[in-house]
Amino acid sequence: MEEMNEIQKRLLEEVADLHEVPTGAFNIRANGKSIGRNSSANIEITSKEDGSGLDIRVKDGTRNESVHIPVVMTLSGLSEVVYNDFFIGEDCDVVIVAGCGIDNCGNANSQHDGIHRFFVGKNSHIKYVEKHYGSGDGSGKRILNPVTEVYLLEDSMAEMEMVQIKGVDNTERVTKAEVAAGASLLVRERLMTHGEQEAISKYTVTINGEGGSADVVSRSVARDNSFQRFDAVITGNTPCKGHTECDAIIMDNGRVLAVPALEANNVDAELFHEAAIGKIAGEQLIKLMSLGLTEEEAEEEIINGFLK
Amino acid sequence: MLEIKNLQFNVEEEGENIDIIKDISLTVPDGKLVVITGPNGGGKSTLAKLIMGVRKPTGGQIIFEGQDITDKSITERARMGISFAFQQPVRFKGIRVIDLLRLAKGEKLSSGEACKYLAKVGLCARDYIGREVNASLSGGELKRIEIATILAKASKMSVFDEPEAGIDLWSFQNLIEVFEEMRKDIKDSSILIISHQERILEIADEIIVLSDGKVEKQGTREEVLPTLIGTQSAVAVCKRLE
Repeated sequence: MEEMNEIQKRLLEEVADLHEVPTGAFNIRANGKSIGRNSSANIEITSKEDGSGLDIRVKDGTRNESVHIPVVMTLSGLSEVVYNDFFIGEDCDVVIVAGCGIDNCGNANSQHDGIHRFFVGKNSHIKYVEKHYGSGDGSGKRILNPVTEVYLLEDSMAEMEMVQIKGVDNTERVTKAEVAAGASLLVRERLMTHGEQEAISKYTVTINGEGGSADVVSRSVARDNSFQRFDAVITGNTPCKGHTECDAIIMDNGRVLAVPALEANNVDAELFHEAAIGKIAGEQLIKLMSLGLTEEEAEEEIINGFLK
Repeated sequence: MLEIKNLQFNVEEEGENIDIIKDISLTVPDGKLVVITGPNGGGKSTLAKLIMGVRKPTGGQIIFEGQDITDKSITERARMGISFAFQQPVRFKGIRVIDLLRLAKGEKLSSGEACKYLAKVGLCARDYIGREVNASLSGGELKRIEIATILAKASKMSVFDEPEAGIDLWSFQNLIEVFEEMRKDIKDSSILIISHQERILEIADEIIVLSDGKVEKQGTREEVLPTLIGTQSAVAVCKRLE
Protein backbone atom coordinates (compact mmCIF):
# COMPACT_ATOMS: atom_id res chain seq x y z
CA MET A 1 0.00 0.00 0.00
CA GLU A 2 1.21 3.52 -0.79
CA GLU A 3 2.16 5.83 2.06
CA MET A 4 -0.39 8.42 3.17
CA ASN A 5 0.43 11.87 4.47
CA GLU A 6 -0.59 13.02 7.96
CA ILE A 7 -3.74 14.85 6.81
CA GLN A 8 -4.89 11.79 4.89
CA LYS A 9 -4.28 9.62 7.95
CA ARG A 10 -6.29 12.00 10.11
CA LEU A 11 -9.20 12.04 7.63
CA LEU A 12 -9.14 8.26 7.51
CA GLU A 13 -9.40 8.13 11.26
CA GLU A 14 -12.35 10.54 11.24
CA VAL A 15 -14.40 8.73 8.62
CA ALA A 16 -13.55 5.09 9.21
CA ASP A 17 -11.97 4.93 12.69
CA LEU A 18 -8.95 3.46 10.99
CA HIS A 19 -5.50 3.90 12.48
CA GLU A 20 -3.81 1.40 10.22
CA VAL A 21 -4.54 -0.92 7.35
CA PRO A 22 -7.85 -2.63 8.13
CA THR A 23 -8.22 -6.36 8.34
CA GLY A 24 -10.44 -8.07 5.81
CA ALA A 25 -11.42 -6.62 2.47
CA PHE A 26 -10.72 -2.96 1.82
CA ASN A 27 -10.07 -0.31 -0.77
CA ILE A 28 -8.66 3.04 0.20
CA ARG A 29 -9.08 5.83 -2.32
CA ALA A 30 -7.01 8.99 -1.95
CA ASN A 31 -7.15 11.97 -4.31
CA GLY A 32 -8.90 10.11 -7.07
CA LYS A 33 -7.05 6.79 -7.12
CA SER A 34 -6.88 3.58 -5.18
CA ILE A 35 -3.80 3.51 -2.95
CA GLY A 36 -4.44 0.17 -1.34
CA ARG A 37 -6.76 -2.78 -1.88
CA ASN A 38 -7.31 -6.22 -0.49
CA SER A 39 -9.87 -8.87 -1.34
CA SER A 40 -10.59 -11.70 1.05
CA ALA A 41 -11.55 -15.31 0.33
CA ASN A 42 -15.23 -14.38 0.44
CA ILE A 43 -15.24 -10.73 -0.54
CA GLU A 44 -13.87 -9.70 -3.89
CA ILE A 45 -13.20 -6.07 -4.79
CA THR A 46 -12.56 -5.28 -8.45
CA SER A 47 -12.41 -2.09 -10.48
CA LYS A 48 -15.19 -1.52 -12.96
CA GLU A 49 -13.98 -1.99 -16.53
CA ASP A 50 -14.55 1.64 -17.40
CA GLY A 51 -12.67 2.70 -14.26
CA SER A 52 -15.64 4.55 -12.82
CA GLY A 53 -15.69 2.71 -9.49
CA LEU A 54 -15.71 -0.64 -7.76
CA ASP A 55 -17.67 -3.87 -7.79
CA ILE A 56 -17.76 -5.54 -4.42
CA ARG A 57 -18.99 -9.13 -4.44
CA VAL A 58 -19.78 -10.97 -1.24
CA LYS A 59 -20.16 -14.77 -1.58
CA ASP A 60 -23.22 -16.61 -0.26
CA GLY A 61 -22.93 -17.51 3.41
CA THR A 62 -20.21 -14.95 4.27
CA ARG A 63 -20.57 -14.07 7.92
CA ASN A 64 -18.81 -11.80 10.40
CA GLU A 65 -16.65 -10.13 7.78
CA SER A 66 -16.16 -6.49 6.98
CA VAL A 67 -15.44 -4.28 3.98
CA HIS A 68 -13.82 -0.84 4.32
CA ILE A 69 -13.96 1.55 1.37
CA PRO A 70 -13.03 4.99 2.70
CA VAL A 71 -12.23 7.97 0.50
CA VAL A 72 -9.94 10.86 1.42
CA MET A 73 -9.32 14.02 -0.59
CA THR A 74 -6.66 16.59 0.17
CA LEU A 75 -6.24 18.28 -3.22
CA SER A 76 -8.18 21.50 -3.67
CA GLY A 77 -10.22 21.64 -6.87
CA LEU A 78 -10.64 17.89 -7.29
CA SER A 79 -14.08 16.76 -8.38
CA GLU A 80 -15.05 13.13 -8.83
CA VAL A 81 -18.02 10.83 -9.27
CA VAL A 82 -17.53 7.23 -8.15
CA TYR A 83 -19.91 4.32 -8.72
CA ASN A 84 -19.60 1.46 -6.27
CA ASP A 85 -21.85 -1.58 -6.48
CA PHE A 86 -22.24 -4.10 -3.69
CA PHE A 87 -23.52 -7.54 -4.59
CA ILE A 88 -24.31 -9.33 -1.36
CA GLY A 89 -25.08 -13.05 -1.69
CA GLU A 90 -27.62 -15.02 0.35
CA ASP A 91 -27.34 -15.73 4.11
CA CYS A 92 -24.57 -13.20 4.65
CA ASP A 93 -23.83 -10.99 7.63
CA VAL A 94 -21.33 -8.26 6.82
CA VAL A 95 -20.31 -4.80 7.96
CA ILE A 96 -19.54 -2.21 5.32
CA VAL A 97 -17.71 0.95 6.33
CA ALA A 98 -17.65 3.74 3.78
CA GLY A 99 -17.14 7.43 4.33
CA CYS A 100 -15.43 10.40 2.85
CA GLY A 101 -13.14 12.98 4.37
CA ILE A 102 -12.22 16.15 2.48
CA ASP A 103 -9.51 18.54 3.56
CA ASN A 104 -9.60 21.63 1.41
CA CYS A 105 -7.06 24.33 2.14
CA GLY A 106 -7.26 25.83 -1.33
CA ASN A 107 -9.62 28.19 -3.09
CA ALA A 108 -11.24 25.78 -5.53
CA ASN A 109 -14.16 23.54 -4.57
CA SER A 110 -13.50 19.88 -3.76
CA GLN A 111 -16.31 17.50 -4.51
CA HIS A 112 -16.88 13.78 -4.11
CA ASP A 113 -20.10 12.22 -5.28
CA GLY A 114 -20.29 8.58 -4.31
CA ILE A 115 -23.04 6.52 -5.87
CA HIS A 116 -23.49 3.33 -3.91
CA ARG A 117 -25.84 0.55 -4.92
CA PHE A 118 -26.56 -2.38 -2.66
CA PHE A 119 -28.14 -5.59 -3.87
CA VAL A 120 -28.80 -7.54 -0.70
CA GLY A 121 -29.53 -11.26 -1.17
CA LYS A 122 -32.16 -13.32 0.63
CA ASN A 123 -31.76 -13.70 4.40
CA SER A 124 -28.70 -11.49 4.44
CA HIS A 125 -27.95 -8.74 6.92
CA ILE A 126 -25.73 -5.77 6.26
CA LYS A 127 -24.67 -2.97 8.52
CA TYR A 128 -23.53 0.05 6.55
CA VAL A 129 -21.70 2.89 8.27
CA GLU A 130 -21.00 6.06 6.36
CA LYS A 131 -19.33 9.10 7.85
CA HIS A 132 -18.67 12.39 6.14
CA TYR A 133 -16.18 14.89 7.40
CA GLY A 134 -14.63 18.08 6.13
CA SER A 135 -11.69 20.16 7.30
CA GLY A 136 -9.30 22.81 6.01
CA ASP A 137 -9.53 26.58 6.08
CA GLY A 138 -9.39 27.43 2.37
CA SER A 139 -12.24 29.34 0.74
CA GLY A 140 -12.94 26.39 -1.58
CA LYS A 141 -16.03 24.49 -0.62
CA ARG A 142 -16.17 20.86 0.48
CA ILE A 143 -19.06 19.25 -1.32
CA LEU A 144 -20.45 15.73 -0.93
CA ASN A 145 -23.47 14.47 -2.82
CA PRO A 146 -23.93 10.81 -2.02
CA VAL A 147 -26.52 8.68 -3.74
CA THR A 148 -27.43 5.40 -2.07
CA GLU A 149 -29.67 2.79 -3.61
CA VAL A 150 -30.67 -0.26 -1.63
CA TYR A 151 -32.45 -3.28 -3.07
CA LEU A 152 -33.48 -5.65 -0.32
CA LEU A 153 -34.52 -9.17 -1.36
CA GLU A 154 -36.80 -11.40 0.73
CA ASP A 155 -36.11 -11.52 4.48
CA SER A 156 -32.95 -9.46 4.22
CA MET A 157 -32.07 -6.52 6.38
CA ALA A 158 -30.01 -3.36 5.99
CA GLU A 159 -29.02 -1.20 8.93
CA MET A 160 -27.62 2.08 7.72
CA GLU A 161 -25.89 4.63 9.86
CA MET A 162 -25.14 7.88 8.07
CA VAL A 163 -23.25 10.54 9.94
CA GLN A 164 -22.16 14.01 8.90
CA ILE A 165 -21.10 16.06 11.87
CA LYS A 166 -18.58 18.60 10.69
CA GLY A 167 -17.11 20.63 7.92
CA VAL A 168 -19.09 19.70 4.81
CA ASP A 169 -20.32 22.88 3.11
CA ASN A 170 -22.89 21.48 0.74
CA THR A 171 -24.50 18.13 0.66
CA GLU A 172 -27.40 16.69 -1.19
CA ARG A 173 -27.99 13.15 -0.08
CA VAL A 174 -30.37 10.94 -2.01
CA THR A 175 -31.32 7.54 -0.68
CA LYS A 176 -33.64 5.19 -2.49
CA ALA A 177 -34.72 1.80 -1.23
CA GLU A 178 -36.93 -1.05 -2.41
CA VAL A 179 -38.00 -3.53 0.22
CA ALA A 180 -39.22 -7.06 -0.60
CA ALA A 181 -41.35 -9.41 1.53
CA GLY A 182 -40.11 -9.87 5.09
CA ALA A 183 -37.18 -7.52 4.51
CA SER A 184 -36.41 -4.51 6.64
CA LEU A 185 -34.59 -1.25 6.27
CA LEU A 186 -33.36 0.68 9.27
CA VAL A 187 -31.80 4.10 8.74
CA ARG A 188 -30.24 6.27 11.41
CA GLU A 189 -29.07 9.61 10.11
CA ARG A 190 -27.09 12.07 12.24
CA LEU A 191 -26.42 15.49 10.87
CA MET A 192 -24.97 18.73 12.14
CA THR A 193 -24.56 21.84 10.03
CA HIS A 194 -22.95 25.12 10.96
CA GLY A 195 -21.72 28.35 9.34
CA GLU A 196 -23.41 28.88 5.99
CA GLN A 197 -23.79 25.17 5.23
CA GLU A 198 -26.69 23.58 3.41
CA ALA A 199 -27.72 19.97 3.69
CA ILE A 200 -30.53 18.26 1.87
CA SER A 201 -31.46 14.68 2.58
CA LYS A 202 -34.08 12.86 0.53
CA TYR A 203 -35.36 9.37 1.17
CA THR A 204 -37.66 7.43 -1.12
CA VAL A 205 -38.54 4.05 0.30
CA THR A 206 -40.93 1.66 -1.42
CA ILE A 207 -42.15 -1.45 0.36
CA ASN A 208 -43.23 -4.00 -2.20
CA GLY A 209 -43.50 -7.21 -0.20
CA GLU A 210 -45.76 -8.53 2.52
CA GLY A 211 -44.31 -8.03 6.00
CA GLY A 212 -41.66 -5.60 4.75
CA SER A 213 -40.70 -2.74 7.03
CA ALA A 214 -38.82 0.53 6.96
CA ASP A 215 -37.74 2.82 9.76
CA VAL A 216 -36.02 6.05 8.75
CA VAL A 217 -34.94 8.28 11.62
CA SER A 218 -33.01 11.51 11.32
CA ARG A 219 -31.62 13.53 14.19
CA SER A 220 -30.04 16.81 13.31
CA VAL A 221 -28.72 20.09 14.65
CA ALA A 222 -28.66 23.27 12.57
CA ARG A 223 -26.42 25.99 13.99
CA ASP A 224 -25.32 29.48 12.87
CA ASN A 225 -26.90 30.35 9.50
CA SER A 226 -27.11 26.81 8.18
CA PHE A 227 -30.09 25.23 6.47
CA GLN A 228 -31.31 21.65 6.33
CA ARG A 229 -34.08 20.00 4.42
CA PHE A 230 -35.28 16.49 5.22
CA ASP A 231 -37.62 14.80 2.76
CA ALA A 232 -38.81 11.29 3.45
CA VAL A 233 -41.35 9.46 1.38
CA ILE A 234 -42.41 5.97 2.38
CA THR A 235 -44.72 4.05 0.09
CA GLY A 236 -46.41 0.89 1.29
CA ASN A 237 -47.76 -1.28 -1.53
CA THR A 238 -48.42 -4.38 0.59
CA PRO A 239 -49.27 -5.25 4.22
CA CYS A 240 -46.22 -3.66 5.81
CA LYS A 241 -44.93 -1.23 8.43
CA GLY A 242 -43.25 2.09 7.78
CA HIS A 243 -42.07 4.82 10.11
CA THR A 244 -40.13 8.01 9.56
CA GLU A 245 -39.02 10.54 12.10
CA CYS A 246 -37.19 13.84 11.88
CA ASP A 247 -36.05 15.32 15.14
CA ALA A 248 -34.15 18.57 14.83
CA ILE A 249 -32.58 21.11 17.16
CA ILE A 250 -32.21 24.61 15.80
CA MET A 251 -29.76 27.13 17.23
CA ASP A 252 -28.71 30.70 16.36
CA ASN A 253 -30.24 31.40 12.92
CA GLY A 254 -30.35 27.76 11.85
CA ARG A 255 -33.31 26.66 9.73
CA VAL A 256 -34.84 23.24 9.13
CA LEU A 257 -37.54 22.15 6.74
CA ALA A 258 -38.93 18.67 7.36
CA VAL A 259 -41.23 17.15 4.78
CA PRO A 260 -42.31 13.64 5.70
CA ALA A 261 -44.70 11.95 3.32
CA LEU A 262 -46.52 8.63 3.35
CA GLU A 263 -48.33 6.77 0.64
CA ALA A 264 -50.39 3.70 1.53
CA ASN A 265 -51.56 1.64 -1.44
CA ASN A 266 -52.77 -1.33 0.57
CA VAL A 267 -55.37 -1.38 3.31
CA ASP A 268 -52.99 -3.30 5.60
CA ALA A 269 -50.09 -0.90 5.20
CA GLU A 270 -49.35 0.83 8.53
CA LEU A 271 -47.35 3.98 8.04
CA PHE A 272 -46.37 6.66 10.56
CA HIS A 273 -44.43 9.85 10.49
CA GLU A 274 -43.18 12.18 13.19
CA ALA A 275 -41.33 15.46 12.96
CA ALA A 276 -40.24 17.79 15.73
CA ILE A 277 -38.14 20.92 15.38
CA GLY A 278 -37.22 23.28 18.17
CA LYS A 279 -34.47 24.85 20.20
CA ILE A 280 -32.92 23.16 23.22
CA ALA A 281 -35.46 23.12 26.05
CA GLY A 282 -34.65 25.68 28.73
CA GLU A 283 -35.26 23.19 31.51
CA GLN A 284 -32.65 20.82 30.05
CA LEU A 285 -30.07 23.61 30.25
CA ILE A 286 -31.16 24.48 33.80
CA LYS A 287 -30.85 20.87 34.93
CA LEU A 288 -27.29 20.51 33.63
CA MET A 289 -26.33 23.96 34.95
CA SER A 290 -27.63 22.89 38.36
CA LEU A 291 -25.06 20.08 38.17
CA GLY A 292 -22.32 22.69 37.74
CA LEU A 293 -22.01 23.00 33.95
CA THR A 294 -21.90 26.40 32.26
CA GLU A 295 -24.62 27.17 29.73
CA GLU A 296 -22.21 26.45 26.83
CA GLU A 297 -21.07 23.16 28.37
CA ALA A 298 -24.69 22.18 28.95
CA GLU A 299 -25.51 22.90 25.29
CA GLU A 300 -22.61 20.76 24.10
CA GLU A 301 -23.63 17.85 26.33
CA ILE A 302 -27.22 18.01 25.10
CA ILE A 303 -26.16 18.13 21.44
CA ASN A 304 -23.54 15.40 21.82
CA GLY A 305 -26.11 13.15 23.44
CA PHE A 306 -28.74 13.98 20.84
CA LEU A 307 -26.39 13.16 17.95
CA LYS A 308 -24.84 10.09 19.53
CA MET B 1 -25.68 27.39 56.21
CA LEU B 2 -28.26 29.18 54.12
CA GLU B 3 -29.74 32.49 55.19
CA ILE B 4 -32.60 34.19 53.44
CA LYS B 5 -33.18 37.82 54.27
CA ASN B 6 -36.33 39.74 53.39
CA LEU B 7 -36.72 37.86 50.12
CA GLN B 8 -39.34 39.10 47.68
CA PHE B 9 -40.52 37.90 44.32
CA ASN B 10 -43.30 39.37 42.28
CA VAL B 11 -44.50 38.94 38.73
CA GLU B 12 -46.58 41.07 36.47
CA GLU B 13 -49.63 39.40 35.02
CA GLU B 14 -52.09 41.24 32.81
CA GLY B 15 -50.84 44.57 34.09
CA GLU B 16 -51.24 43.50 37.71
CA ASN B 17 -48.37 43.09 40.13
CA ILE B 18 -48.66 39.81 41.99
CA ASP B 19 -46.51 39.10 45.05
CA ILE B 20 -45.56 35.43 45.11
CA ILE B 21 -42.99 35.81 47.89
CA LYS B 22 -43.85 38.80 50.06
CA ASP B 23 -41.12 38.98 52.67
CA ILE B 24 -39.36 35.82 53.73
CA SER B 25 -36.50 35.54 56.18
CA LEU B 26 -35.31 32.15 57.35
CA THR B 27 -32.22 30.10 58.10
CA VAL B 28 -31.33 26.53 57.15
CA PRO B 29 -28.59 25.52 59.59
CA ASP B 30 -25.86 22.96 58.88
CA GLY B 31 -26.50 19.38 59.93
CA LYS B 32 -30.28 19.71 59.70
CA LEU B 33 -33.04 18.35 57.54
CA VAL B 34 -35.53 21.17 57.08
CA VAL B 35 -38.93 20.74 55.46
CA ILE B 36 -40.87 23.66 54.05
CA THR B 37 -44.59 23.04 53.93
CA GLY B 38 -47.74 25.09 53.54
CA PRO B 39 -50.87 25.27 51.43
CA ASN B 40 -50.70 25.10 47.63
CA GLY B 41 -49.89 28.44 46.05
CA GLY B 42 -48.07 29.61 49.17
CA GLY B 43 -44.78 30.14 47.33
CA LYS B 44 -42.91 26.95 48.31
CA SER B 45 -41.66 25.89 44.88
CA THR B 46 -40.88 29.47 43.92
CA LEU B 47 -38.68 29.76 47.01
CA ALA B 48 -36.80 26.59 45.99
CA LYS B 49 -36.21 28.03 42.51
CA LEU B 50 -35.00 31.32 43.99
CA ILE B 51 -32.48 29.39 46.12
CA MET B 52 -31.09 27.55 43.08
CA GLY B 53 -31.08 30.71 40.95
CA VAL B 54 -33.65 29.46 38.44
CA ARG B 55 -35.62 32.61 39.26
CA LYS B 56 -34.19 35.98 40.30
CA PRO B 57 -35.72 37.66 43.35
CA THR B 58 -37.14 41.18 43.09
CA GLY B 59 -35.85 42.05 46.55
CA GLY B 60 -33.88 40.74 49.51
CA GLN B 61 -30.77 38.60 49.85
CA ILE B 62 -29.72 34.96 49.79
CA ILE B 63 -26.55 34.19 51.77
CA PHE B 64 -24.87 30.79 51.43
CA GLU B 65 -21.88 29.85 53.58
CA GLY B 66 -21.46 33.54 54.44
CA GLN B 67 -21.41 34.69 50.79
CA ASP B 68 -24.12 36.75 49.13
CA ILE B 69 -25.28 34.60 46.20
CA THR B 70 -28.32 36.71 45.25
CA ASP B 71 -26.79 37.67 41.89
CA LYS B 72 -24.92 34.43 41.24
CA SER B 73 -25.85 32.18 38.32
CA ILE B 74 -27.21 28.64 38.60
CA THR B 75 -23.78 27.28 37.60
CA GLU B 76 -21.98 29.31 40.26
CA ARG B 77 -24.41 28.22 42.97
CA ALA B 78 -24.06 24.59 41.87
CA ARG B 79 -20.27 24.86 42.06
CA MET B 80 -20.48 26.49 45.51
CA GLY B 81 -22.35 23.44 46.75
CA ILE B 82 -26.08 23.72 46.18
CA SER B 83 -27.96 21.00 44.35
CA PHE B 84 -31.55 20.93 43.24
CA ALA B 85 -33.90 18.04 42.53
CA PHE B 86 -36.64 19.09 40.15
CA GLN B 87 -40.29 18.52 40.90
CA GLN B 88 -40.67 17.31 37.33
CA PRO B 89 -37.37 15.80 36.25
CA VAL B 90 -36.18 16.70 32.79
CA ARG B 91 -35.93 14.17 29.97
CA PHE B 92 -33.02 14.11 27.53
CA LYS B 93 -32.77 12.33 24.20
CA GLY B 94 -29.48 10.49 23.93
CA ILE B 95 -28.13 11.24 27.43
CA ARG B 96 -27.89 8.02 29.43
CA VAL B 97 -28.36 7.54 33.16
CA ILE B 98 -24.63 6.99 33.61
CA ASP B 99 -23.84 10.19 31.66
CA LEU B 100 -26.08 12.20 33.96
CA LEU B 101 -24.55 10.64 37.08
CA ARG B 102 -21.05 11.41 35.74
CA LEU B 103 -21.98 15.03 35.09
CA ALA B 104 -23.43 15.25 38.60
CA LYS B 105 -20.32 13.77 40.18
CA GLY B 106 -18.18 16.19 38.18
CA GLU B 107 -15.35 13.73 37.84
CA LYS B 108 -14.72 10.25 36.59
CA LEU B 109 -17.25 7.80 37.87
CA SER B 110 -16.84 4.08 37.46
CA SER B 111 -19.85 1.95 36.55
CA GLY B 112 -19.52 0.33 39.98
CA GLU B 113 -19.84 3.66 41.79
CA ALA B 114 -22.72 4.73 39.56
CA CYS B 115 -24.49 1.49 40.44
CA LYS B 116 -24.17 2.31 44.14
CA TYR B 117 -26.17 5.52 43.69
CA LEU B 118 -28.84 3.73 41.70
CA ALA B 119 -29.09 0.95 44.26
CA LYS B 120 -29.64 3.58 46.97
CA VAL B 121 -32.74 4.84 45.17
CA GLY B 122 -34.01 1.31 44.65
CA LEU B 123 -33.18 0.83 40.99
CA CYS B 124 -31.49 -2.27 39.68
CA ALA B 125 -28.41 -0.63 38.26
CA ARG B 126 -27.80 -3.18 35.51
CA ASP B 127 -31.18 -2.43 33.97
CA TYR B 128 -30.86 1.32 34.10
CA ILE B 129 -27.28 2.46 33.78
CA GLY B 130 -27.19 2.38 29.98
CA ARG B 131 -30.72 3.62 29.43
CA GLU B 132 -31.45 7.02 27.99
CA VAL B 133 -33.09 9.53 30.30
CA ASN B 134 -35.95 9.88 27.83
CA ALA B 135 -39.68 9.37 27.57
CA SER B 136 -39.30 5.59 27.89
CA LEU B 137 -38.83 6.03 31.66
CA SER B 138 -41.83 6.34 33.97
CA GLY B 139 -42.37 9.30 36.29
CA GLY B 140 -41.26 7.23 39.29
CA GLU B 141 -38.12 5.99 37.55
CA LEU B 142 -37.19 9.51 36.50
CA LYS B 143 -37.70 10.76 40.03
CA ARG B 144 -35.39 8.10 41.45
CA ILE B 145 -32.73 8.92 38.85
CA GLU B 146 -33.10 12.61 39.69
CA ILE B 147 -32.46 11.82 43.35
CA ALA B 148 -29.50 9.59 42.41
CA THR B 149 -27.92 12.61 40.67
CA ILE B 150 -28.27 14.59 43.90
CA LEU B 151 -26.62 11.75 45.84
CA ALA B 152 -23.79 11.63 43.28
CA LYS B 153 -23.26 15.39 43.49
CA ALA B 154 -22.96 15.18 47.31
CA SER B 155 -23.54 18.89 47.85
CA LYS B 156 -23.23 21.04 50.94
CA MET B 157 -26.92 21.74 50.55
CA SER B 158 -29.49 19.66 48.68
CA VAL B 159 -32.86 21.15 47.79
CA PHE B 160 -35.74 18.82 46.84
CA ASP B 161 -38.81 20.38 45.27
CA GLU B 162 -41.83 18.18 46.09
CA PRO B 163 -39.97 14.88 45.72
CA GLU B 164 -43.19 12.91 46.17
CA ALA B 165 -44.92 14.55 43.17
CA GLY B 166 -45.69 12.12 40.37
CA ILE B 167 -44.53 8.92 42.07
CA ASP B 168 -46.47 5.87 43.11
CA LEU B 169 -47.01 4.83 46.72
CA TRP B 170 -44.47 2.05 46.55
CA SER B 171 -41.77 4.46 45.37
CA PHE B 172 -42.86 6.91 48.06
CA GLN B 173 -42.05 4.42 50.84
CA ASN B 174 -38.65 3.91 49.26
CA LEU B 175 -38.14 7.66 49.00
CA ILE B 176 -38.63 8.12 52.74
CA GLU B 177 -35.92 5.51 53.32
CA VAL B 178 -33.58 7.40 50.96
CA PHE B 179 -34.10 10.62 52.95
CA GLU B 180 -33.60 8.77 56.23
CA GLU B 181 -30.28 7.44 54.89
CA MET B 182 -29.26 10.92 53.74
CA ARG B 183 -30.20 12.25 57.17
CA LYS B 184 -27.83 9.77 58.82
CA ASP B 185 -24.87 10.93 56.70
CA ILE B 186 -25.73 14.63 56.90
CA LYS B 187 -22.63 15.73 58.94
CA ASP B 188 -22.17 19.46 58.23
CA SER B 189 -24.31 19.53 55.10
CA SER B 190 -28.01 20.31 55.03
CA ILE B 191 -31.15 19.09 53.30
CA LEU B 192 -34.11 21.26 52.37
CA ILE B 193 -37.26 19.52 51.22
CA ILE B 194 -40.35 21.23 49.88
CA SER B 195 -43.25 18.92 50.75
CA HIS B 196 -46.55 18.76 52.53
CA GLN B 197 -46.45 14.99 53.05
CA GLU B 198 -46.84 14.01 56.68
CA ARG B 199 -44.32 11.18 56.34
CA ILE B 200 -41.66 13.61 55.15
CA LEU B 201 -42.53 16.12 57.88
CA GLU B 202 -42.06 13.31 60.40
CA ILE B 203 -38.36 12.98 59.54
CA ALA B 204 -37.66 16.74 59.66
CA ASP B 205 -35.48 18.37 62.28
CA GLU B 206 -37.14 21.68 61.59
CA ILE B 207 -40.34 22.68 59.84
CA ILE B 208 -41.13 25.97 58.15
CA VAL B 209 -44.71 26.77 57.16
CA LEU B 210 -45.12 29.13 54.21
CA SER B 211 -48.46 30.67 53.53
CA ASP B 212 -49.44 33.50 51.23
CA GLY B 213 -45.78 34.27 50.45
CA LYS B 214 -44.76 34.64 54.09
CA VAL B 215 -43.33 32.46 56.87
CA GLU B 216 -46.25 31.53 59.05
CA LYS B 217 -44.43 29.28 61.50
CA GLN B 218 -40.90 28.05 62.02
CA GLY B 219 -39.60 25.67 64.66
CA THR B 220 -38.58 22.15 65.56
CA ARG B 221 -40.67 19.21 64.34
CA GLU B 222 -41.92 18.62 67.88
CA GLU B 223 -43.19 22.19 68.09
CA VAL B 224 -44.67 22.60 64.64
CA LEU B 225 -45.92 19.23 63.41
CA PRO B 226 -48.74 18.74 65.97
CA THR B 227 -50.26 22.05 64.88
CA LEU B 228 -50.33 20.92 61.23
CA ILE B 229 -51.98 17.51 61.43
CA GLY B 230 -55.24 17.49 59.54
CA THR B 231 -54.46 20.68 57.63
CA GLN B 232 -53.36 21.17 54.01
CA SER B 233 -49.78 21.49 55.28
CA ALA B 234 -49.52 17.86 56.42
CA VAL B 235 -51.22 15.44 54.07
CA ALA B 236 -51.28 11.75 54.89
CA VAL B 237 -49.96 9.63 52.04
CA CYS B 238 -52.70 7.01 51.98
CA LYS B 239 -54.70 5.68 54.88
CA ARG B 240 -54.61 2.10 53.68
CA LEU B 241 -50.82 2.02 53.71
CA GLU B 242 -50.55 3.15 57.33
